[in-house]
Amino acid sequence: MASISLQQVTKTYGSGKQSLQVLHGVSADIQDREFIVIVGPSGCGKSTLLRMVAGLEEISGGTISIGGRVVNDLEPSERDIAMVFQNYALYPHMSVYDNMAYGLKIARVPKDEIRTRVDKAAKILELSHLLDRKPRALSGGQRQRVAMGRAIVRQPQVFLFDEPLSNLDAKLRVQTRLEIQKLHRELGITALFVTHDQVEAMTLAERMIVMNAGRMEQFGTPEEVYNRPATTFVASFMGSPPMNLLKNAPNADFGGPAGAILGIRPEHLQIAGSGWAVQVDTIEMLGAERLVYGHLDGEHLIVRMDESLPSPALGATLHVMPRPERLHWFDSASGQRLEPGA
Amino acid sequence: MVERRPLLRLLAHVVMLLGVLIVAFPLYLAFVASTHSAQDIVQAPMPLLPGSHFWETYKAALFGRDVSMGSGAPVARMMWVSLVTALVITFGKITISLLSAFAIVYFRFPLKNFFFWMIFITLMLPVEVRIGPTYQVVSDLGMLNTYAGLTIPLIASATATFLFRQFFLTVPDELVEAARMDGAGPMRFLWDILLPLSKTSIAALFVIQFIYGWNQYLWPLLATTSEDMYPVVIGIKRMIAGGDAGNEWNVVMATALLAMLPPALVVVLMQKWFVKGLVDTEK
Repeated sequence: MASISLQQVTKTYGSGKQSLQVLHGVSADIQDREFIVIVGPSGCGKSTLLRMVAGLEEISGGTISIGGRVVNDLEPSERDIAMVFQNYALYPHMSVYDNMAYGLKIARVPKDEIRTRVDKAAKILELSHLLDRKPRALSGGQRQRVAMGRAIVRQPQVFLFDEPLSNLDAKLRVQTRLEIQKLHRELGITALFVTHDQVEAMTLAERMIVMNAGRMEQFGTPEEVYNRPATTFVASFMGSPPMNLLKNAPNADFGGPAGAILGIRPEHLQIAGSGWAVQVDTIEMLGAERLVYGHLDGEHLIVRMDESLPSPALGATLHVMPRPERLHWFDSASGQRLEPGA
Repeated sequence: MVERRPLLRLLAHVVMLLGVLIVAFPLYLAFVASTHSAQDIVQAPMPLLPGSHFWETYKAALFGRDVSMGSGAPVARMMWVSLVTALVITFGKITISLLSAFAIVYFRFPLKNFFFWMIFITLMLPVEVRIGPTYQVVSDLGMLNTYAGLTIPLIASATATFLFRQFFLTVPDELVEAARMDGAGPMRFLWDILLPLSKTSIAALFVIQFIYGWNQYLWPLLATTSEDMYPVVIGIKRMIAGGDAGNEWNVVMATALLAMLPPALVVVLMQKWFVKGLVDTEK
């Protein structure tokens, strides 16, 4: 098992005038046995970062070390890692058993040892009865498990997951999410998990790296990311529905810095007799809650209402009060978080 | 078309029967001719039913005979030469195209595009166009009347290289990456993963190239002068010495039929694979 250390990692494609920098110096220290989720919108560089850890992309600048060993110039197979791909990348002409055993065969592991390891992994993943099948005879969920089995049998120091759940249907995704968590606990591995889905990120992560446009916006536990988002990007990306960010709010009323952006999550707005007058535009009924989309002084605002409260009429005015302890402040120029009183 | 109209069906069958007749009648005639003696078939109305000289004719063709004109060399030997030539050309073409397509798709090297276009341009230069210089080279190297001389100039194949290149481009990148993670080097990847995946394409190419190699005419005509290095297609030509009378047409027809047999067999036996290789991509 191993820690991972990223030091000012950069990635540039091409050279000269046509060069394109996709990672602008990412640094993070990941501890042994930690489950880290890298989350961000598509094109933010999260997959590139993971592939650089895997050794599938060259590192343009900075260093990556795994278990204290700098791996910049090592082949993927020498880094003691395993990867689960988005499309599983199973070898179509090999049986499930051969798919899982292939890496061990190349590493010249003795045959008996291969059999024991594959059998053990198959048992954990409930694949024992499928070992003779070809990948095309498996369902999506089963293929996904074979891909994980292929990673497990190698007994690597680090597991890398590249959006492994995005090809599964919603129900299977939840189930697999739980399985991955269980697996992580049982095997005691360090894991890096890339996703664009913030629910996956919140549920799986021990700590998460939130990325945007090739930069790390925040690195922290899900609680930290939710309660104290470091930037306006994190505030609007994490959480569903996203946090309301108001430029024209009456900051002084709440003791906030003048000119700063006020952030308040929809679930932290309370219906009140007075307060902000919100014009209701649309209402979404989600079962346990109602999302009211409206505007306030020309700015869009989302309010979460409990389903037990009566639904407001479209075009009506709804009065809401923000919970003062749940307010966030961001610098209007840089988008960075401001601490009140500081 | 799923129309059920009797007249249309009848018409369709008539057209198909006509087609079969046009293709099959000459073959039938060749077969009939090969079962008569040489005198019988030069009679004015040529017999249209098989005769009784089947074994004699085929024995004469296969094991050679004494003749006054043309060549009486044994066809069995020619068939052997043809088989070796066709197989060497086929396997040579497949191996070389596989490797060059592999290099072009999976490796980054200087002037990669230049080489790619060089291969592309050779499509415009078939053997017939470059036959003069090729003959000069082969002759200077002393390769006339050898298997090497018969095969090597025909082995390079841009078509097959392209077919493999197109196929390799459809193999998902993640598969390559998974193999890298598993520690497979390039040649290992080629052997363990790429080759099994391309087996249907290889089968299709095998059929096409075997027939191509077997049916070579112009090049062997130049590159072989000794009877024991004639491929069977050349053998047929050498048997006909000009003028109608002197030729043993029954033996010529028997040889022609024998020459048709192996390519037909290859097509029939590999038909399933052949169609699969051209139609579906198993991934």
